[in-house]
Amino acid sequence: MRLPLEWLEDYIEVDIPVEELAHRLTMAGIAVENIEKVDNDTILELDLTPNRGDCLGIINIAREVAALTGKPLDIPRTKLDEIDEKVEDFVKITVESNLCKRYSARVMKNVRVEPSPAWMQERLTKAGIRPINNIVDVTNYVMLETNQPMHAFDYDLLEGKQIVVREARAGEELVTLDGTRRELQPGMLVIADAVKPVALAGVMGGESSEIREGTTTILLESAIFDGTSIRRTSRKVGLRTDSSMRFEKGVDVGGVILALDRAAHLLEILGAGEVVQGVCDVYPHPQPGTTVRLRLDRVNHVLGTNITPAEIEGYLRRLSFPVEVGGSELLVYIPSYRPDLAIEEDLIEEVARLHGYDNISSELKPAVPTHGYRTDYQIFKDRLLGYAANMMREVITYSFINPRWLDILEVPEGHHLRSTVRLANPFSEEQGTMRTTLLPSLLETAARNLARRNEDLAIFEMGSVYWPQESELLPREAPVMAGLVTGKVPDGWQGKSSEMDFFFLKGIIEELLARLHLEGVKFNPAKPEHSYHPGRYAAITAGDRQIGTIGEIHPRVLEKLDIENRVCAFEIDIHQLYEAVSFSHHRIQGISKYPAVKRDLALVVSEEVNAADLAEIIKEAGTDLLIRVELFDVYRSPQLGEGKKSLAFALTFQSYQHTLQDEEINRIISGILEKTAEVFGARLR
Amino acid sequence: MHNKLQQIKKEAEERIKTASSLEALRNYRVEYLGRKGEITAVLRSLKDLAPEERAAVGQAANRVKDHLEELIELKTQELNARALQERLLQEKLDVTLPGTPRLSGGKHPLTLVREEIENIFLGLGFEIVEGPEVELDYYNFEALNMPADHPARDMQDSFYMSDEVLLRTHTSPGQVRTMEEKNPELPVKIIIPGRVYRRDDDATHSPMFHQVEGLYIGEGVTFADLKGILMLFAHKIFGQDVTVRFRPSYFPFTEPSAEMDISCVICGGIGCRTCSNTGWLEILGSGMVHPNVLRAGGYDPEKVIGFAFGMGVERIAMLKFGVDDLRLFFDNDIRFLAQF
Repeated sequence: MRLPLEWLEDYIEVDIPVEELAHRLTMAGIAVENIEKVDNDTILELDLTPNRGDCLGIINIAREVAALTGKPLDIPRTKLDEIDEKVEDFVKITVESNLCKRYSARVMKNVRVEPSPAWMQERLTKAGIRPINNIVDVTNYVMLETNQPMHAFDYDLLEGKQIVVREARAGEELVTLDGTRRELQPGMLVIADAVKPVALAGVMGGESSEIREGTTTILLESAIFDGTSIRRTSRKVGLRTDSSMRFEKGVDVGGVILALDRAAHLLEILGAGEVVQGVCDVYPHPQPGTTVRLRLDRVNHVLGTNITPAEIEGYLRRLSFPVEVGGSELLVYIPSYRPDLAIEEDLIEEVARLHGYDNISSELKPAVPTHGYRTDYQIFKDRLLGYAANMMREVITYSFINPRWLDILEVPEGHHLRSTVRLANPFSEEQGTMRTTLLPSLLETAARNLARRNEDLAIFEMGSVYWPQESELLPREAPVMAGLVTGKVPDGWQGKSSEMDFFFLKGIIEELLARLHLEGVKFNPAKPEHSYHPGRYAAITAGDRQIGTIGEIHPRVLEKLDIENRVCAFEIDIHQLYEAVSFSHHRIQGISKYPAVKRDLALVVSEEVNAADLAEIIKEAGTDLLIRVELFDVYRSPQLGEGKKSLAFALTFQSYQHTLQDEEINRIISGILEKTAEVFGARLR
Repeated sequence: MHNKLQQIKKEAEERIKTASSLEALRNYRVEYLGRKGEITAVLRSLKDLAPEERAAVGQAANRVKDHLEELIELKTQELNARALQERLLQEKLDVTLPGTPRLSGGKHPLTLVREEIENIFLGLGFEIVEGPEVELDYYNFEALNMPADHPARDMQDSFYMSDEVLLRTHTSPGQVRTMEEKNPELPVKIIIPGRVYRRDDDATHSPMFHQVEGLYIGEGVTFADLKGILMLFAHKIFGQDVTVRFRPSYFPFTEPSAEMDISCVICGGIGCRTCSNTGWLEILGSGMVHPNVLRAGGYDPEKVIGFAFGMGVERIAMLKFGVDDLRLFFDNDIRFLAQF
C-alpha cells in the first residue's frame, strides 16, 4: 500500500517528522517498508498484515495515527445537494445470492465525463492508480480513502432499468473492462441487468456499460461481496484487482453508505453531475455490532505486565472504541471497520501494541524446571551424522525426485521402490514424486559436481524416504543415510594418492559402524535388483538384521548420466541400524600383561572362496588365544594354479593367563590348517 | 722403559686427537690397549724387569692406559656429537611445503545452524520433537486456526498429495500433534526442527527449506517470557551486540503476535541492501498461542497459556555466514560446502 503523506494530512495533522511517524506505525504493527520522497510529497510504503485490510483505506490509517499521536481525526464531508427526482424511479435492485451481503447505489444525472482535476490525478498517480476520467477517478479515490471498492455503470446501457446480483449461469460470458472475453461459471457472482451480466462482482466491471465520453447518467455502486467467493472467482479467471484484493481481506459493511455519499459529494463538487435523491440500499441481514469482554487482570496475565485499568481503558479510547466499564472488566464495542477484532486476545494485542511491545519487560524466570534433552534416538542420529561427516561431506537435497530416475536406475516394474507418493501439483515432473531412495539425489549431485570438474567426491545425506501405507492417509517416513564416493583421495606433492573405490567406501562404512560399537557386522555378497554392478554389491548385516547395502554403480547407469569415473555408493536404514546398535553388546577388554605373538599364514584356495568365510573358519579353529585375524595380501599367479588365489593373514595370539609357548601356537596353527583344508581345500602356500 | 712408555703415550695422544672416524678410534684402541697392543706389551714385559723397577713402571704404564682410555672415550663422544649434528643438518625440511592432504568431510551449513539453534534451546530446557513432513491438512492448517478458505492459506502455497494430505508448509503442525500427545502434561516446552515445503521457486525462495518451531505453554507463561527467551536466543546466535526489537504482526495461530527483528548484522543498522535500508532484519515470527490452537491440542485456554515461534534456518544461516544466494545451500557444490 502506497500512502502519500500529504493525502493522509487531509484527515489528521501530522506534527512529527515522517521518520518518527514511520517508526511509530511500524512498532504498532503497520510496517512501513520504505519512505520515498517525491517532488513535494513523501510516500510511505506499507507492508500490511492480512488482518489489517482496513488500512488499505487512508482514513483507517489516519485512525491509527490518531491513536498513536492523540491528534483529532477529521472525517471527510459527504454533504449532498440532491435534486427532486427519486432513485426508486430509476432503478430496481434485487439481490438473489447471499454471497452479496449488501448492495447500495445512487444515480447521477446530467453527467459530464472529462478528465478529473490535476490534484486528484496527482494523488491517484502517487498511490499507484492510473487516472481515467472524473467518474472512474472518483470511485478509485473513494476506494483509497475508505477501502470501499466502488463501480460506476453507464445507466443508459443497463437493460430494463434493473440491477440483479446473482450467480452466473452456465454458458454466460462477459467482456471485462480490460477487453478480455471471459466465460462465466456457476458460483461466480455477477452484477446483471434484466438480461445479461454487466460486471464480475467485486472483481471488474464489464465493457458494455463502461463510462464513456457520451455518458449522461450513471449508477454508482457501493457493495459488500463475500471475500471467499471473490477470492475463488478472482483465481479462476486469473484477475486480481484493487477491488478483489480488498474484498478478500474484508470491507466494512458499515461504511458502504458513507463511501457512496462521499463519491456523490466529490462528483457534485467537481461539477460532474447532479445527484438523484435517495439511496437504493439492499441489506437483507444487517450485522449486529460486536462487543468483546476484556478482563483487566487477563491483560496482565497474558502479557506479564502491570498495566493499570485506567491505562487499558485509555488505550481503547485512543482507538475510539466505545468502552463500558463493569467492575474488573470492560465491555468494548468493536467498530465495524475492525472485523479483525473478535475475541479477548485480539483486544489484548490492541492494548499491547498501544502500550508498546518495547515497554513490556523481557523475563527469564526459572518457572517450572524442565529437562532439555535429546532422546537416545536423537543422540544416536547426531553421532551417526557426526561420524559420517568426519569422513564425507554432508549434502542436503530435495525430498522429491523425477520419477524417471527409477527408469534410469533400472528398477524393475513392480519393485517396492516404485510404490511412491506422488505430488498432485508439482512445479514440474522434475519434482513429481517423493523419493523412495536417496540414490537419485546423490547421483544428481555427483553429476553436477563432476560437470564442474569437482572430480573427487565423498558425499552423504541423511534424510527420509516415503512409503505409501495401505489404509493410512499419511505415508511412512523412514530415515536413511546414503552416500557415494568417486575419484581419488586428494593427491599431495608426495604423490601418495589412492582411488576411492569399493574398498575405500567399505573402509568408511566399517569405521562408521565400529565407532557406533556395532558388533558382528558382515558384508555378504548379494545380487542387486537395480542400480548396482552385479559383481560388486553387498548386503550389510549385523546379526540377522540387514542394515544396508554397498556397491559400485552399474556402468550402464553411469553412462546414462554421462559419468565416466567409477562411483560407489551405500545406503543405510537408520531405524534398522539403531535397533542393531541397541542390541549390540559392546564390552571393553583389559590389556593382557603377557606378550602377544604374531604369525603370518598364507593359504591357497580357489577363487570362489570368500575371504571373510575363510577368516571366519580361521577364527573358529584358532581358539580363544587367537585374538586378531587380519588379511594383508591377496596374490594370484600361474604357479598357484588356474582359478587359485593366495590369501595371507596376520594372526595375533595372546593369553590373559600366561606367556604363550611356541609349541602351543604350533598346535593351534596345525588345527587351523587342518580345518581350512577340510572346509575349503586350502593349502599352505 | 720409561722413555718408551712416554713415546707411546705421545704418539697415541696425537693420533687419537686427530682421529676423524669412530672406526679409526676403534683401531687405535686395539693397537694400544688391545690384547696385542703396545701398552699391553709393556705390562706383559714387567716380569722381565728388576723387582725394584717393576712397581714404578707398572704404575706408569697403567696411568698411560687409563689416560688413553679416557681420551678415546672423549673423542668418541665428540665424533658422535658431530655425526648427529651433520645428520640434523642433512635432514632439514622445507616446512613450508604443504601437508599431506586428507580426505576431509564436514557437516552441511544448514546442519551446523540447526544444531546451534537446538543447543541453545536445549540449554533453556526445551525438548526436541519431530513430526511428519507429509502432513494432514488438519494439522497444517485447520488445527492452527486456518479453516478452509482462510486467506492466510494463500501466504503458504502448498504442494498437495490429495485434498486431505500435503507437504507441510511449516513446522507448526508439530504444535498440535505434540499437545495432543502430552496433554494434560505441563509445561510443554519443545522445539520442532525440520524440512518444510512451499510452492515457490525463485532467487529468494526454495520449494524445500528448513524451519525450527518452538512452543512453550504452561500455567503462567507470558508475553514477557516470550520476549525474554527469544531475546536471549537472538543474542546467543547473533552475538551480544545486536539490538533486538519486537513489533506487532499477524499469524492466524497466535494472538497477540510479534515479529522479532535484529539490527542488521551486515551494516550495523545504518541501512544497506540486505536490510532494504531499514536497518532491521526480520528473524522470526512469534506470539501467544491462539486459544483455538490450545483447544485443538486439548488444553483449556483459560488455564493454560504460552507462546510459539518459528524461524527459517536458511535465513539465519545466510546472515551468519554472509551467504547471499539461498540456492547455494541446495546446489551442493563441493567448493561451497568445503568452506564450512
